[in-house]
Amino acid sequence: MSGTGPKFSIFPTRMALTGMKNRLKGANTGHSLLKRKSEALTRRFREILKKIDEAKRKMGKVLQVASFSYAEVKYSTGDIGYQIRESAKIAQLKVKANTENVSGVMLPTFDMVIDGQNCKCHTKASPFELTGLGRGGQQVQKCKDTYQKAVQVLVELASLQTAFVILDEVIKVTNRRVNAIEHVIIPKIENTIKFITSELDEQDREEFFRLKKVQGKKKDRMELERARVAAASASASQQASGAGPANLLSQYEQDPDIIF
Amino acid sequence: MASAAPQRERTLIAIIGDEDSVTGMLLAGIGHIDSKQKPNFLVVDSKTPLPKIEETFEEFTKRRDIAIILINQHVADDIRGQIDAHQAAFPTILEIPSKDHPYDPAKAHQI
Repeated sequence: MSGTGPKFSIFPTRMALTGMKNRLKGANTGHSLLKRKSEALTRRFREILKKIDEAKRKMGKVLQVASFSYAEVKYSTGDIGYQIRESAKIAQLKVKANTENVSGVMLPTFDMVIDGQNCKCHTKASPFELTGLGRGGQQVQKCKDTYQKAVQVLVELASLQTAFVILDEVIKVTNRRVNAIEHVIIPKIENTIKFITSELDEQDREEFFRLKKVQGKKKDRMELERARVAAASASASQQASGAGPANLLSQYEQDPDIIF
Repeated sequence: MASAAPQRERTLIAIIGDEDSVTGMLLAGIGHIDSKQKPNFLVVDSKTPLPKIEETFEEFTKRRDIAIILINQHVADDIRGQIDAHQAAFPTILEIPSKDHPYDPAKAHQI
């Protein structure tokens, strides 16, 4: 009943009761909304998890292929590692971050962007265009394409992973909120409502009792009055009837009779 | 969460790894040397001191233009503590298999 569990310190009035009832309604609505949000996010989370699993497998394969093609380059061209490292100046292959909205949560997604992809346009030539000019140019080109594909997969995986981290965080926060509303706020409001109702009932009973008491007192007094009046009239009538004709002058007869 | 603006600036992919991985990625065109002559890649071999890797990793995570850090798993194992301590969503750290070391998907830190 009232008094058990925490409640808001509030004066038990009818206005406060209405306010509390509104708050309870609000809390219930919020709870169901948040619950739905959390469910939607969890669904998304599962999807991402599945995709990450797939992407990881794919990454393994793709990188394996890429390593092989690099080995081919090494075989045909010799070690070009230093040359490549030296000629790296400005990134051609970049990522662009976009955001995707999943029930109010901004998830970033990376897209791979290649500047000057077509080496035919010579304005933005690839820095490795002359690599392997002597021999193995084809292998170098092939290796480059393979690695670009690998990066594509890696970028996908990275964006999935970022989404995973962010979603994880958001789901935790949402679940915490859902639980807080369910186990703390709603019971608190319910307790307060119970407290106010019981207090108001108590007041009602007191008021009723007070009214009864007042009525009783009034009745008593009226009875008393009536009794008094009745008694007075009775005594008057008794006086009038019992002593025979009263000596009207008796009250003036203070002097003793004078006897001569 | 961070607002959209800082994420837009993040366009680069950084790599810490063995020679072959780094060279391959550079061939794909992710290599970038900024105005302060800082590269976005680090070649790790058996002679690379651990503090150097740690320092570079730290620097990459602090840089505001890097979106993804690729790191070979065997290198990641060396600085596991640092990677586990990295909680932020950006930059994303991705462990990739290397040629000479078997890849263990279960070890990758997030999943």
